[in-house]
Amino acid sequence: MKIKNITSESIYFSIFHAMTLIGIGLLILTLILLLLSGYSVIDQDFLTRNWQHRDITQGGIFPAILGSLYLGLGVIVISFPLGISTAIFLTEYSKNNLLNRIIQLAIRNLSGVPSVVYGLFGLVVFVNILSFGSSLLSGVLTLSLMTIPWIITASVESFQSVPQKFREASLALGATQWQTIRKVVLPSAITGCITGGIIGVARALGETAPLIMVGATFYLSKLPSSPLDKFMALPYHTFILATQHSSPYANSYAAGTAFVLIMLTFLLSLGAIILRFHFRSKKDW
Amino acid sequence: MNKLNLIVLIFLISCVMAYIFFGNNANDINNPQNTQNESLAMKGSDTEVQLVSNLAEAFTVKNSNADISVTGGGSGVGIAALINGEIDLANSSRAMKQDEISQSANRGLDVQEFILAIDGLTVITHSENPINQLSIDQLGKIYKGEIKNWKEVGGNDTPIVLYGRQSTSGTYNFFRDSVVNSDYSSEMKTMEGNQAIVEAVKQDTNGIGYVGVGYAKNDKGEPRQDIKIILLHGVGEPPVSPLDELAVKDGRYPIARPIFQYIPRLPLKNSILERYLQFEASNEGQIIIENAGFYSLNDEYRNKNQQLFNKIK
Amino acid sequence: MTNIAIKINNCSIRSNKVNSNHSSINISENLPKWAFGFMATLTVVILFGIFIFLLISGLGTFREIGLGEFFLGTDWNPTAFNAPSWGILSLVAGTVMISLLAISIAIPFGLSIAIYLSEIASPKTREILKPLVEMIASIPSVVLGFLGLLFVAPLIAGIFHLTNGLNALTASILVAIAALPTIASICEDALSNVNQRFREASLALGATKWTTIKRIVIPAASSGLIAACMLGLGRVIGETMIVLMVAGNNRAFPHSFLDAVNPMTANVAIEIKEVVVGSLHWQSLFMIGFVLFMMTFVINFIADLLIYKKSL
Repeated sequence: MKIKNITSESIYFSIFHAMTLIGIGLLILTLILLLLSGYSVIDQDFLTRNWQHRDITQGGIFPAILGSLYLGLGVIVISFPLGISTAIFLTEYSKNNLLNRIIQLAIRNLSGVPSVVYGLFGLVVFVNILSFGSSLLSGVLTLSLMTIPWIITASVESFQSVPQKFREASLALGATQWQTIRKVVLPSAITGCITGGIIGVARALGETAPLIMVGATFYLSKLPSSPLDKFMALPYHTFILATQHSSPYANSYAAGTAFVLIMLTFLLSLGAIILRFHFRSKKDW
Repeated sequence: MNKLNLIVLIFLISCVMAYIFFGNNANDINNPQNTQNESLAMKGSDTEVQLVSNLAEAFTVKNSNADISVTGGGSGVGIAALINGEIDLANSSRAMKQDEISQSANRGLDVQEFILAIDGLTVITHSENPINQLSIDQLGKIYKGEIKNWKEVGGNDTPIVLYGRQSTSGTYNFFRDSVVNSDYSSEMKTMEGNQAIVEAVKQDTNGIGYVGVGYAKNDKGEPRQDIKIILLHGVGEPPVSPLDELAVKDGRYPIARPIFQYIPRLPLKNSILERYLQFEASNEGQIIIENAGFYSLNDEYRNKNQQLFNKIK
Repeated sequence: MTNIAIKINNCSIRSNKVNSNHSSINISENLPKWAFGFMATLTVVILFGIFIFLLISGLGTFREIGLGEFFLGTDWNPTAFNAPSWGILSLVAGTVMISLLAISIAIPFGLSIAIYLSEIASPKTREILKPLVEMIASIPSVVLGFLGLLFVAPLIAGIFHLTNGLNALTASILVAIAALPTIASICEDALSNVNQRFREASLALGATKWTTIKRIVIPAASSGLIAACMLGLGRVIGETMIVLMVAGNNRAFPHSFLDAVNPMTANVAIEIKEVVVGSLHWQSLFMIGFVLFMMTFVINFIADLLIYKKSL
């Protein structure tokens, strides 16, 4: 009996171990494949020069990088305050009744809704009804809508993980509710909010479908300088290089663009993970 | 990480971003900050998107304050955006339909048609496919799904794999209305761009697809070697290649077509739109069109464009 | 705890000064509350507004198309040569096929990884490997689609002796990779939340580690595990770019996993750009969007109830 158990156990455990290694191997494989397909095009010119159409070997993807950075910044500026405020209100200020819990439930589920749905909304409301057109503003607003539920969920979890006794102790000592939040709850919970937010932004930066629908461009002669300008973006650029561009170098360029994009999202995710790790080790409760 | 480190990190990131933003603007000598940018937004045909981008790029060399954007998606996207009032110019590889024209009139638009170039819609197969030519009738039946095997048209005994464009595409519509004359076979795989069709047919030994003639040529203007271009013929006619410029221009190639641009109303004289259209019609523009693999205009189309220019005051 | 005590002391000293003037307490107390309340209300209203907007925009469809024709018709062809047809069943079938196949690849994979990380790996290994698994989630789906187009599709074509790899199988494999980190991560959370005493008791009674996992830990974490699977399912249903690039997208009703499929997400993303606002085509696309929304919402809702059933 024991021998049989040990043998089957070691088989299962090896399988699980192998699956984990395969999973991580897929991650590394992705990076390697992209690098192999695209290394020939990645150089300083690629990253800093404007896009050229007649001879794409002379140009770079700078407008797409800039567009993605602007989108990311815009998403941070809009969704962080809105998301964290909503989380604060839901956890600290409003009564913990059924309505509150239902709203939290609904918001948690909204973060699982497909990006095309947000794209639909963004296309009709921001591009058409509000006449922002296919601009950075429409893109930022649509992506923010997508990111806000994620930030709210991460922030609510973060706030709820601060032990209730801290708040009670603070209030018992005579602090007001806002002072309690500002001095006791927020400092402890803010890193959770920020790491959740960074991961949300990394997700938003990698999204293509909303950009197809809101309207990132194939070619742009000027870099966007105001929120109402047209824009290019890395994920959309990868997509069009893979499907619409007829240069023989298109696939290499698509791989190069994809590599830059994945570096961006990886850096953000890695940053969030490191932040979370760092602050978890500093927690003193 | 204590607060000081965090502040330093944010400061460094801001410096990097500032350098990227302002540094690149400083290098961009074509954009002196004191002239007003004139913008031109174009959307539509995927067949034309690369061609128009090339034209726009050449145009901005001489007109440094031009702020042009080009997006694809298909002729349907361009026309819908035009009707919705979002853009200055719609690229369309097919003519606007009657109900689209009425819709635009209902929105107060006075849509004008400009003929950009001539395209010989090209049928391509895998480079090892033994077939060299097809009749229009056979081509229609293939895409309708009535002919399902290559041996029925003289090839190998293998099933035909159909590649086409999505329903937003003008090329999809044009091909359907002039060759298939019915709905496409429901087995046809819809691809998101001309290049996607080329890539798919390049790898699929049983594949067949249709693309704008510019996509069947490489960047030197020679026919691509990794796919095969099929000669087409009408009833009782000799087979013609889309690479035969004369045949395309005088109509002997069965699926030659003008490709268009639509504008919401007559442009003002000397507006950026008018100057841009003039540029496209000019010799330099026509050379760019030829270099992209399409064909420059013949007399009939040039006259039509001239009538448009004459209307502009 | 001393840090907190010092912070609270600082609070109380200041609040003593403020307490003396009632009206300024009210403003400085209520201002943040109103500000947060305003932003929260705005956010919640907008988020729910999406749902209502979809519904209202989509409902007009049924004035012209019958419910049966829409939900049971197998031909989606709004721009047809002859008469347009509005049946979404092929689209739904495409979504369902890819979702089911992807989830059945991702669940065993994800669960294995979760078991390894939570039960078998040493804490140090876990610290390194868990973030790496989560990083898979930050691979953008367009990148997966692109690599699928370049490498996976020809591979599948070679294995099954097809001439191209644009089918449901290729798409499902890639979508499974996209959903993998979600499932692995949440399963791992569920497993590690099982009280350590259960494991200790089981081992003390002479069970092996694997028996403990199989018979004690997994059943104890079952609601969390099921929730993870459902969240993964929601993720795969909503995947757009991968299916747009490699699923083949044809109109026919799929009969096998080696057929091309046209899922709802890709169809909406492409067609929405060519429709004139307010037209029947526009309304019907919104209806499809609403169906997608409801599918993922309901699945997430059930998953949520499973995770939070104790607190609701």
